[in-house]
Amino acid sequence: MFGLFKKKDELEPSLLGRLKESVSKTRAAISAAAGNIFLGDRQISPELLKKLETALLSADLGVATTREALEAVREKMDREALRDAGQVKSELKKQLLRIFEAAESSPAAAGAGAAANGDGPRVLFIVGVNGAGKTTSIGKLANRLRQEGRSVLLCAADTFRAAAIEQLEIWAQRNGVEMIKQKSGADPAAVVFDAVTAAKSRGVDAVIVDTAGRLHTKSNLMAELEKMKRTAAKVIPGAPHDVLLVLDATTGQNGLAQARQFTSAVGVTGIILSKLDGTAKGGIVVAITRELGLPIRFVGTGEQIGDLAPFDARTYVDSLFD
Amino acid sequence: MFENLTEKLQRTFKNLRGQGKLSEEHIDTALGEIREALLEGDVNVGVADDLLAAIRAKALGSEVMLQLSPDQQVLKIVRDELTTLLGKHAKPLFASRPPSVWMIVGLQGSGKTTTTGKLSKWLTQNGHRPIVVSTDVYRPAAREQLAQVAKAVGTTLWPGAGTDKPLEIVRGAIREAKLSASDVIVVDTAGRLHIDDELMNELGMLKKELQPSEILFVADSMTGQDAVRSAGEFHKRLGLTGVVLTKLDGDARGGAALSIGKVTGAPVKFVGLGEKYDALEAFYPERIVSRILGMGDILSLIERAEQTVDRKMAAELERKMRHNEFSLEDFRDQLKQIRKMGPLEQIMDMLPKMGPLANMPRDAHVDEKKLKQVEAIINSMTNEERGDHNVIDGKRRKRIARGSGTTVQDVNQVIKQYMQMRTMIKQYGTMAARGKLRGLGGKLSGMS
Ligand SMILES: Nc1nc2c(ncn2[C@@H]2O[C@H](COP(=O)(O)OP(=O)(O)O)[C@@H](O)[C@H]2O)c(=O)[nH]1
Ligand SMILES: Nc1nc2c(ncn2[C@@H]2O[C@H](COP(=O)(O)OP(=O)(O)O)[C@@H](O)[C@H]2O)c(=O)[nH]1
Ligand SMILES: [Mg+2]
Ligand SMILES: [Mg+2]
Repeated sequence: MFGLFKKKDELEPSLLGRLKESVSKTRAAISAAAGNIFLGDRQISPELLKKLETALLSADLGVATTREALEAVREKMDREALRDAGQVKSELKKQLLRIFEAAESSPAAAGAGAAANGDGPRVLFIVGVNGAGKTTSIGKLANRLRQEGRSVLLCAADTFRAAAIEQLEIWAQRNGVEMIKQKSGADPAAVVFDAVTAAKSRGVDAVIVDTAGRLHTKSNLMAELEKMKRTAAKVIPGAPHDVLLVLDATTGQNGLAQARQFTSAVGVTGIILSKLDGTAKGGIVVAITRELGLPIRFVGTGEQIGDLAPFDARTYVDSLFD
Repeated sequence: MFENLTEKLQRTFKNLRGQGKLSEEHIDTALGEIREALLEGDVNVGVADDLLAAIRAKALGSEVMLQLSPDQQVLKIVRDELTTLLGKHAKPLFASRPPSVWMIVGLQGSGKTTTTGKLSKWLTQNGHRPIVVSTDVYRPAAREQLAQVAKAVGTTLWPGAGTDKPLEIVRGAIREAKLSASDVIVVDTAGRLHIDDELMNELGMLKKELQPSEILFVADSMTGQDAVRSAGEFHKRLGLTGVVLTKLDGDARGGAALSIGKVTGAPVKFVGLGEKYDALEAFYPERIVSRILGMGDILSLIERAEQTVDRKMAAELERKMRHNEFSLEDFRDQLKQIRKMGPLEQIMDMLPKMGPLANMPRDAHVDEKKLKQVEAIINSMTNEERGDHNVIDGKRRKRIARGSGTTVQDVNQVIKQYMQMRTMIKQYGTMAARGKLRGLGGKLSGMS
């Protein structure tokens, strides 16, 4: 029913272009930082591995993931199966790609992207820590759905942060879609109830629920999110169909704890990696995918309505080195 | 009680006592462990390697002190080095002639607008008359957000209505500040990427116009390796005078603070500990060091304990800890004190998230109930039993269970937990007795 979660070979060229563009902006900075890993290095040297390690660590992959990826490469090097620096590089990329490919067939990915059962709107929850880019990503997602010809309803369930409702309202206007809200400070589950009920009765294709930012360590706020989820399921069995965790690309090792906690509380089905237009690489998603099998759905590449691209593992892995 | 790194270092140096100088080989093994801890804590890899080089040089040159075991000695060097990099506790700056201007800058979503509200509240509480103004003309409803924040904290706001040019907005704010006799203008700015040349130039222009006494870089404590690039570029362009580290109420280790300290030399002046406008505190470098190393914010925990714990009782407890006289009765008193310290959840947040405490359940609701149960069980014991758990045989356990409305398993569990805590305290007690934990030991004795 939905084209939201397309396979990578179905990507629109324009979006791919945009991602590449944003990625190439960072490329210069990265190769400078990693000391041009592959330029001067035709030969395999001990320094080569060190440079690769630095590149991965600098991209926030974390100690364990970096070590695991490099171990596999080192092992092949020891067997002299890799002849030059170029081969070392492509082997390392292969290792990382394998992690993303495994996630595509993981249980988490299987549920997501599946068509809603036909009788009722598809419900998407957008969750994450404070300031990650949830509301902005919703504005961009709504735009994508509208372009696919879907009708969309937004739900202003961040009733906590100052002017959060007004912010989402502007995105609703930009997209020409309706938004359901209550007063600031209202019970977010009640807003979810209103929105999902309205969407159902109006026969809207999708409801996107904006939630307040919350640190994954706050059990009361995580319980609030669980309640919102139960409320949605009461109105539409099976809802929410997608729970997308928005992760800021500048996030370091804490991203893994975020993904773990949100997944155990509300069953995250995929990730939106925001703010990839900066110099941060968001490499913690490699660790997250490796451990939790969560697929990366989209990347955010700016603050404008069109700055959202489907995630492409190959382009992403390339961006870690080129 | 302490985790991972401490234990690893202990293992590394196990057989080293009384050997004169620390051996190079031992130190390099230890440095490997420290590097990992720093990287896990989000310290930039380049910054970490520089730190390690300095630590290595110091460790190699130092004699093994009789007072400290080698692992403690290395840990001390590490702590000193990290604390130095973070700089001294620094106070905010004001202009010699009011109004002073504080510019709040940083990446998108780091917490600038919230921090602007918190700072204006802090200023008011410290006898100032702040006025706040937003120059964020880009993010949807950003100015409306600051307007609501200002209302919530009761601060004057310059709305800057009628123009969407940041420069014109701040000119209006300066005029208004003079008219209303406000002495500090807190200027909220739009989030921007350090590589966005146009917007970075805008900040340069604002700085020129405002001549601020503080340019505070608001950094999210969850930031990873990229902190050196973003903070470095903001500093190069603007000359930062300080840093506000936000969202420290979560469980991020906060190594970005070290990375930012290294590339900017600007001290962290405040930390953000929540979404409410009073969740702002001064920054003390020593405190975050153990957190970055994964050892929890022990000092804050102790400070909290100091505020709530009965001092006489604490002193007595410390004496008992030193002499290994920790009884079941003390165990119960401890639990009571813990419950007094506030929601368990908050306390848990301050404990190390690694090592032996990694898998500790952190669900507050369950634990509060459990605590009450434990108390009930210990209350059902006789004085003799509370003084010496060894006398509690099967028959007594049954009686205690009946008396407290619990099961024998529950009683067994409490006794087991007590014995575990006793062991922990024994280890801690020997450390504290030898004065090993400078901060911790010192703080605890200061409580008497
Ligand atoms: N550069 C950039 N900024 C973004 C991106 N996504 C969101 N932002 C900005 O990040 C800040 C926080 O976004 P918001 O959607 O309000 O976050 P929320 O608190 O999670 O809802 C805003 O200033 C957004 O404009 C992105 O992909 N790139
Ligand atoms: N938990 C927590 N949240 C914070 C803190 N400071 C800011 N926030 C939240 O972070 C999000 C972004 O804050 P905001 O002030 O809008 O960031 P800005 O885009 O930099 O102006 C909001 O949800 C704030 O409530 C903090 O110290 N702790
Ligand atoms: Mg939001
Ligand atoms: Mg703001």
